[in-house]
Amino acid sequence: MGQTLTRPTSKTQVKDELQTRRPFSMKALLSRITLWILIALLLVVVLYPLIWMLLSSFKTTDDFASAPFWSLPTTWQWQNYVNAWNSGMSTYFVNSILVVFPSLFLNLLIGMAAAFGLEVMRWRGSNVVLLIFLAGIMIPAQMLLLPLFTMYFQAGLINNRWSLILTYTAASLPLTVFLMAGFFKNVPRSVIEAAIIDGASIYQVFYRVAIPMVANGLFTIALFTFFFLWNDLLFSLTFINDDSLRTIQTGLLNFTGQYGQVEWGPTFAAAAIAVIPTLVIYVILNQQVIKGMTAGAVKG
Amino acid sequence: METIMRDRRAILVFVGPALLFYTIIVLIPIVWSVVYTVFEGNVVEGFTFVGFTNYTTLIRDPAFWQAFWFTVKYSVVVTAGQVGVGLLLALLYLFYLRKSSPLIRTLVFFPLIMPTVAVAELYSKMFAIQPVYGLVNAVLAGLHLDGLIQPWLGQAGTAFFVIAIMDIWRAMGFYGVLLYAGLVDIPGDIIEGARIDGASGWRLVRYIVLPLLGPILFSALIFSLTGTLKVFDTIYALTGGGPGQATTPLTLAMFNTAFTDGQYGYGSTIAFALAIMCLIVTLAIFRSARRDVA
Repeated sequence: MGQTLTRPTSKTQVKDELQTRRPFSMKALLSRITLWILIALLLVVVLYPLIWMLLSSFKTTDDFASAPFWSLPTTWQWQNYVNAWNSGMSTYFVNSILVVFPSLFLNLLIGMAAAFGLEVMRWRGSNVVLLIFLAGIMIPAQMLLLPLFTMYFQAGLINNRWSLILTYTAASLPLTVFLMAGFFKNVPRSVIEAAIIDGASIYQVFYRVAIPMVANGLFTIALFTFFFLWNDLLFSLTFINDDSLRTIQTGLLNFTGQYGQVEWGPTFAAAAIAVIPTLVIYVILNQQVIKGMTAGAVKG
Repeated sequence: METIMRDRRAILVFVGPALLFYTIIVLIPIVWSVVYTVFEGNVVEGFTFVGFTNYTTLIRDPAFWQAFWFTVKYSVVVTAGQVGVGLLLALLYLFYLRKSSPLIRTLVFFPLIMPTVAVAELYSKMFAIQPVYGLVNAVLAGLHLDGLIQPWLGQAGTAFFVIAIMDIWRAMGFYGVLLYAGLVDIPGDIIEGARIDGASGWRLVRYIVLPLLGPILFSALIFSLTGTLKVFDTIYALTGGGPGQATTPLTLAMFNTAFTDGQYGYGSTIAFALAIMCLIVTLAIFRSARRDVA
């Protein structure tokens, strides 16, 4: 583990240690170097593919064919981004926003209310209902696909944003309800009781007292749910096949199908366009994002 | 106080909307999907009752078993990779990196939140051979290892390998952070004590760190196993299940059966089998976890 654990307490000990350390320091240096090589390797493995993607998104078709893979683009081909944006990515981008944000809002609103009703309110059966919500985390989405397709087909909602909004709202409920219930559990009962004694109705307690006290947790869940919905492929693939309604994931897939074989520049630009919003959020909020993404695993 | 906290109307207002949504869009479809397994047909042509035919077909269907074994192999390999590499990362963060740990943790975590299609796109180009060499083949050519240049995604064996690498790469940072959180909770003096007693390296990890990491390690295993059993996005976008059916997991087999062949009944039967697998795996891990503690 490359470090000393006992702390020298007297001068003689320090001297002893200095003496014994001298031959050691070569070894320590070596282990330091090994460590740095290991870390450098890790960073290359993680970051180089991303950097390669970004650089490639600026390359011309000639660059791919003739220049070696590590070379910088000969000219920075911003046109790739313009092409990708104009041949569909702008539509997919807007569609994702139009689907994800209403779902996120609805999900948080009803999920938070349900968690409050299950955790704070007192009634028989609240534990059973919480368990029923929890069970939804385990079920593979494939079990919902065909009945939902049948329902939406009968209701004329295939190729309609509502099919996605309804599905997204409900499919992300289990985790929202379960995690929010955990946060409400930590709100001291005395605070809620004091508010009621002061004459607040239960609804006022909910949005004036309880919600502000779980605001951090709410934000964490909102981030988690945002990424979960933004990156959905399966539902979007199943319920939408009209190109003008595709979301970012299915759109990117479609874009690649059309241009990906030969036109690498615009394809990489399209992939970069899909990644950029997640990257921006991550750069600003990375600690909360990490907290949100791991909360699901620890509690679930 | 009690009357306010037990107000039935308020409870209905709070819980009702979520429960209604959840019942219509999750609970009813689950039951409905099980009912579909004794029917055959689709929304366009209508359904006919077929009894247990779908189940007997399933047991004799080589395509199902191929997808089943692919899913099992993929789950085992990728879970071992994700949790194993995650554990190595967590140990690296805790014991070797101190000041630079948050930055590296943050960087390594990022691929998890990238859109999966973009990741698959990146990997398909990295391992490409046509129209020009991708990153991997270009490096091999640069090293004059021309014999190793190959259509990575066009062969069953190497395609599996690329998919596994991609999904380990994507999620290792996540498991690194998860297990690191568990490691941080282990009291420092236990580890120091063990070290003074002469435990170091692998022995320290095996006999001190891993047992103390128990619960969070199990939660990582459950998460990774159930996640990999349900794998769909990355494979659909990277290989589409090919070459042939070689990299088709159960999820994709179900999707193709339902939407390409129009067999909702048989598709639901595959989905049901998958749900049972997830259930068995979760219960099995819980049981072994309990035995470990006892």
